[in-house]
Amino acid sequence: MDAPEDAVIRVEGLTMGFDDFVLMRDLDFVVRRGEIFAILGGSGSGKSTLLKHMIGLYTPLAGQIRVAGVDITQAEGAAREAMLQRVGVMYQMGALFGSMTLLENVRLPLEVHTQLPREAMDAIARARLQLVGLGAFADFLPAQISGGMQKRAAIARAMALDPEVLFLDEPSAGLDPITSAGLDRLIRRLARSLDMTIVMVTHELNSIFAIADRVIMLDKESQSIVADGDPVALREHSQHPWVRHFLQAQPEQSDEGAA
Amino acid sequence: MGSTAAEPGHTFEYDATDGAEPRLRLWGRLDIRAVEQAWTPLRERARALAGPGHEVVLDVSGLEYCDGAGAALLHALEQDLRRTGGVRLEGAARLVQEQLGPYRELDEVEPARAARPGGLGSRALDAVDRVGRAAHQQLSFIGELALALGSALRHPRRVRWGDTLRVAEVAGFRALPIVSLIAFLLGVILAFQSAIAMRPFGAEIFVANLVAISLFRELGPLMMAILLAGRSGAAFAAEIGTMKVNEEVNALTTMGLDPVRFLVVPKVLAGILVAPLLALYANMIGLFGGALVMQGFGVPWTTYFNQVTMALSLSDLWSGLFKAVVFGLLVASVGCLRGLQTGSGAAAVGLSTTSAVVTAIILIVVFDGVFAVLFYYLGV
Repeated sequence: MDAPEDAVIRVEGLTMGFDDFVLMRDLDFVVRRGEIFAILGGSGSGKSTLLKHMIGLYTPLAGQIRVAGVDITQAEGAAREAMLQRVGVMYQMGALFGSMTLLENVRLPLEVHTQLPREAMDAIARARLQLVGLGAFADFLPAQISGGMQKRAAIARAMALDPEVLFLDEPSAGLDPITSAGLDRLIRRLARSLDMTIVMVTHELNSIFAIADRVIMLDKESQSIVADGDPVALREHSQHPWVRHFLQAQPEQSDEGAA
Repeated sequence: MGSTAAEPGHTFEYDATDGAEPRLRLWGRLDIRAVEQAWTPLRERARALAGPGHEVVLDVSGLEYCDGAGAALLHALEQDLRRTGGVRLEGAARLVQEQLGPYRELDEVEPARAARPGGLGSRALDAVDRVGRAAHQQLSFIGELALALGSALRHPRRVRWGDTLRVAEVAGFRALPIVSLIAFLLGVILAFQSAIAMRPFGAEIFVANLVAISLFRELGPLMMAILLAGRSGAAFAAEIGTMKVNEEVNALTTMGLDPVRFLVVPKVLAGILVAPLLALYANMIGLFGGALVMQGFGVPWTTYFNQVTMALSLSDLWSGLFKAVVFGLLVASVGCLRGLQTGSGAAAVGLSTTSAVVTAIILIVVFDGVFAVLFYYLGV
């Protein structure tokens, strides 16, 4: 596959599943630098599984995933650690460490991976929290703040090492529309102002139309990508009726007439 | 001029020019790797350049990249220079401005205050409140459990026997290897140590009496209960605690299912069921360990077991088994109570588990003492 020069992530021939069970076959796609890239699909289609393959938590059955030029399926030891420092991950439930304050949570990656003086680490961690609107809450424990704030704090932690790529697993899930829109604005700011590449898994169509530059849609039945492109264009003009109905948030039964 | 390595293939450099308009010029890639090396020397250089009444120009027009760590360094330089003669940032590209934004905003941010403990009086009141709440919770739990167990006795068909047997298998049958090992070693050690003391008097044969009575009346049930607390009481607390954290306990309540009847009763019944069986098994294995040692001292098997049967009375057996039942009830109910008291977060589950084991062991020892006095006065 010819990948564009500005590709940050290149997925080639990825087959994923568990033992004999194949979830997706021969996936090919690229994520370009500075892009907000969304992974969509029905429940159980393997969106989060794909994300976990892209950050090296799962080993694919076949294929290659190159993140920032390194094949994450083959990288081991120091090469893998160096590659992981170039990506940040926000997990679905935030995954903040409950016994640490927000400041300590965000400072942790800096303590582990850098030789910066403590003063510098504190300054960076506080600024990351301020960037996500939590500068005043640095000394709070995760249990003392709301779910939406926890997600924003998790983004701050994911950004501690200034990653090239930020992976977000369901950033808006379970949030009210106003908090969700605030999170969308933050994600757009990170991509546009700080030149970060964002890869996110989400179900929130509003978020996708508001911020995503490109979307791929996974289909459980065909075990493949059924759409790849600009979300608004796909909603209006996709050849695939299921894609149009999904993006128009219409019930699936209406496919019968179209098919 | 100073120079540091940034990402491979890039460098970050700086130089300082003194004079009428002191100037600190930065260029290249100001990333986290460059900041690691430049943080202290660059700030020292800037401070050396600054003087009262001298505004220093911080020229960043040559920066090709600046990340969050780079912005931390720029902001620290700005603050250092502002304290002396002032600073003027020159040539900041859009990325540098964006990265500096949160640092500048932070200068204006007032930290929010989390609820903090008050003075000594208020903390003492809080402590009394906590003790009162804990006592209330424990009394409520004892009451609910007593009602649920009473209901289980009146309506045995309503008990979730499938769950009870599953728990009994895990807490009882799967505990046999560890109980075997500990009980065997207990019997061996008990026999060996007492044989050494009794041998000079030619009283080795009475080692059988000592091993049998101490195992059946005291050590068998006690050792079994401590193992049960460490193995199963902790597991009950962790299981129910995790359910509490995941709101599964709330889900049960809103479905109209009483968590005590649904979760606690099967575990407590299983505890009551397996504890005497495990104690009896531990007694047998301990006796066997003692017999092996006595073989070494020249006492035949038949002599040893004759002595054991003569030494033991039915009251020794029943008192030990009764204690085992009470210990089983205590361990299981404390494990479940601590699980239900779990707060939020992963650490809370750990605290509940620890508390379940510690409380169970304390209760076991206290009740063992009470039984010792009680049985003495009852002549058991």
